[in-house]
Amino acid sequence: MVPLHGYLVVSALLFVIGVTGVLVRRNAIVILMCIELMLNAANLSFVAFSRELQNLSGQIFVFFVMVVAAAEVTVGLAIIVTLYRNWKTIHVDEIRMLKG
Amino acid sequence: MDSAWLIPAFPFAGFVLNGLWGRRLSRKQVGMVACGAMALAFATALGLFWLLLRHSPDQRVWEPVYYTWMAVGDFSVNASFLLDPLTMVMVLVVTGVGFLIHIYSTGYMHDDPGYARYFAYLNLFACAMLILVLAGNLLVLFVGWEGVGLCSYLLIGFWYEKQSASDAGKKAFIVNRIGDFGFLLAIFLTFWTFGTLDFREIFHAALLRFQPGDGVVTAITLLLFVGAVGKSAQLPLYVWLPDAMEGPTPVSALIHAATMVTAGVYMVARCSVLYALAPLSMGVVAAVGCATAVFAATIGLVQNDIKRVLAYSTVSQLGYMFLGCGVGAYVAGIFHLMTHAFFKALLFLGAGSVIHALGGEQDIRRMGGLRRQLPVTFWTFLAASLAISGIVPFAGFFSKDEILFETLVTGHGVLYVLALGGAALTAFYMFRLVFRTFLGESHVDPESAHHVHEAPLSMAVPLMVLAVLSLVGGWVQVPMLENGKRLGRFLAPVFEDAEGLLTEGTAHGSHASLWTEGVFMALSVVVALAGIGLAYRWYVADPTRPERVAARFSRAYRWLLNKYYVDELYQAVVVELLKRLAETVHEWVDRAAIDAVVDGAGAFFRHAGTHLRRIQTGLVQHYALSILAGACLLILAALAV
Amino acid sequence: MELFLFVIFSLLTVGSAAAVVWHPHPVKSALFLILSFFSMGGLYLLLQAEFIALMQVLVYAGAVMVLFLFVIMLLNLKPRGEDRTAFKVRIRWAGPLALLFVGGVLTAMTGALARVAPAGAQGPEWVVAQGGNIRALGRLLFTRGLLPFEVTSILLLVAVVGVMVLAKKERR
Repeated sequence: MVPLHGYLVVSALLFVIGVTGVLVRRNAIVILMCIELMLNAANLSFVAFSRELQNLSGQIFVFFVMVVAAAEVTVGLAIIVTLYRNWKTIHVDEIRMLKG
Repeated sequence: MDSAWLIPAFPFAGFVLNGLWGRRLSRKQVGMVACGAMALAFATALGLFWLLLRHSPDQRVWEPVYYTWMAVGDFSVNASFLLDPLTMVMVLVVTGVGFLIHIYSTGYMHDDPGYARYFAYLNLFACAMLILVLAGNLLVLFVGWEGVGLCSYLLIGFWYEKQSASDAGKKAFIVNRIGDFGFLLAIFLTFWTFGTLDFREIFHAALLRFQPGDGVVTAITLLLFVGAVGKSAQLPLYVWLPDAMEGPTPVSALIHAATMVTAGVYMVARCSVLYALAPLSMGVVAAVGCATAVFAATIGLVQNDIKRVLAYSTVSQLGYMFLGCGVGAYVAGIFHLMTHAFFKALLFLGAGSVIHALGGEQDIRRMGGLRRQLPVTFWTFLAASLAISGIVPFAGFFSKDEILFETLVTGHGVLYVLALGGAALTAFYMFRLVFRTFLGESHVDPESAHHVHEAPLSMAVPLMVLAVLSLVGGWVQVPMLENGKRLGRFLAPVFEDAEGLLTEGTAHGSHASLWTEGVFMALSVVVALAGIGLAYRWYVADPTRPERVAARFSRAYRWLLNKYYVDELYQAVVVELLKRLAETVHEWVDRAAIDAVVDGAGAFFRHAGTHLRRIQTGLVQHYALSILAGACLLILAALAV
Repeated sequence: MELFLFVIFSLLTVGSAAAVVWHPHPVKSALFLILSFFSMGGLYLLLQAEFIALMQVLVYAGAVMVLFLFVIMLLNLKPRGEDRTAFKVRIRWAGPLALLFVGGVLTAMTGALARVAPAGAQGPEWVVAQGGNIRALGRLLFTRGLLPFEVTSILLLVAVVGVMVLAKKERR
């Protein structure tokens, strides 16, 4: 049986990739994808701990995270569509009206 | 008795109605509301008076307490009234004369655009004055005191688009403030000394704890008198009253003759017990009163503005009232207050009628010969002039003579002589006014001469009622007769303690003989007649004479005409000095210190902002980076611990 | 065997995730993300979380990613030739920073991880006794988790309404 730490390392790596993506990519859709990566990293940890602690609550939690993520993606994509309609771009470095 | 609150409540309701909805009401409705409120107040006052008379004299004191106004630790003040004969007299005068003046105003102010505002102020004033006289403790009295001051300011500056009117309003307010400062100090000192502000408790405690001449009581009474000097326009704070003539004439009648300026006299009479314990203060009151009486009378001799002459005569007559209170003749002081309210209101209303008829002309040099055109005004004005000059059997005779006589029998010979001379001056300047206005040749501007018309009924009726009162008003206190002094008996329970203190130990508490009294009464009348006679000789028989006299004593004449240059003196000494001080403070404290700090703070943040705003790039990823950096710092901190 | 599958799935997951960030073309990024999600589903299977694995494939790799692809196609985004040198510079400091953060979290957790012990009563035997993972989860979800479950329906409703408001063209 693969130990808990194996899964945690995979989860950590996924999270690092997600954070890096959010910081380095300029395309809003890709940034949204990277956020999904981070959420999935958390999910993986949940499931791994669920098995380790022999408690199904972790999996139920993952279920809710998925619901929230689905809602978040739809709203996020709708915002991106609206952004594109107004600015003709979804590159976040070109959308910077709120600057001092 | 608990219904005493209704008396000020009616005018207040009138104020609210006219103040809030006056613009939507017709003039007739506004007048009905205002006069109706005063009529109801007067009716209530009469009802209470009747109830009061049904009690035996020693039980004629009611003290309705409505609620605890404030309670802080040991300090507690009730919203309470004090109803005794003295209050009753004042309430009747205020509501009665006030009612007549309200009616008169409906005619006088008929074409004024600020009709509703005027009546709202007038009702508010009546409310404040009634609170003042009904007050059961010093703080409630102070509320009324400040209320009348405010209304006075509002009404003097009623025609605020006129520079002189708004200046006069400000002057009245500021000069009154000086007096109020003393009054406020007196309240503090009273509380510190007695631990209460309730009149009856103060007097009770004062009688128990203090001997006559005690320093604290002297200080309190002197400070109270500072307040009275401001409100009642005595030397040296009288300067606001002549300028207050900028307001509408009925306002002058109501506020600056009949009621508000008498607040100081009322307050001194109310605190008679304290004054009786402070002989020094009594002396000051008497001296200031007498000096004012003569001083103002001399200025009144040469003024040419009809209202200004009356204003100085008001100052002078108030001086007589204080003289009466100062020599311990409180009844005489209040008596004169009452009769003065009648005839001075009448004089002002008569003057208003003349001004109204002449289309705003106030200079007596451009009047004359108005007797035929304004018969009602003439006869009523004449009645008032006879009353103020002190001719038997008009009201002023009885009251003024009582003050003079009491001054003499209490041993103030010098003051008596001065006051008698003042009476002669009073008769002279009043009849100068009568003669120049109503008799002799007409100097009326031909333009307005044929517009001259007698006052409408709404103005004439109050004049006639007041004329009757000026005649019979003195008969409630007739000397030398058995049972003649009805007012004195009515007021006796109020002044009992003070008079007990004053007569204690002095031998001459007994009465002077009837014969002496008669001689001095005759002397007063003779002096007054002499003044009238002189006025007749100068202004009717030989109209060129005054100019010759003025030319001969030109220096004295100029001093009088310029009112002894008191305004100029105040301007030079007080106002300029304060201005200089304010400028210095402005320069060094405001500009150099405070502004520097404030501006510096502003500049700091502005500079900080210009640099810090670069942090806000508008790039979401920068913000995300900051979040991550912050999270890293937190983790590192958690690891370090 | 299990370790072998774990390594395969882990490498696929992490590798395709890295490709998502790396690849300049959004459509290809999305495809790599689908691959990543599929292999993560494999990891869930290895963890005996069959239901979650199913959801991962149906919801994430299916519905969500279709939505992503749909939007990308809708906007017809082409790779803009993002400045790759600038991208590489950014990745040079953003990557280590993220690593520092996650490493820090893991380090902070090491103490807690050492104390992790299988204390729960819902071990594999219990799950089997319940009639399998899906049945056990369903039972839990509709008893203890009923209220949150119903609340999520409100959340979804809000999301639906919100999306409609956002995507509606403004009437002029």
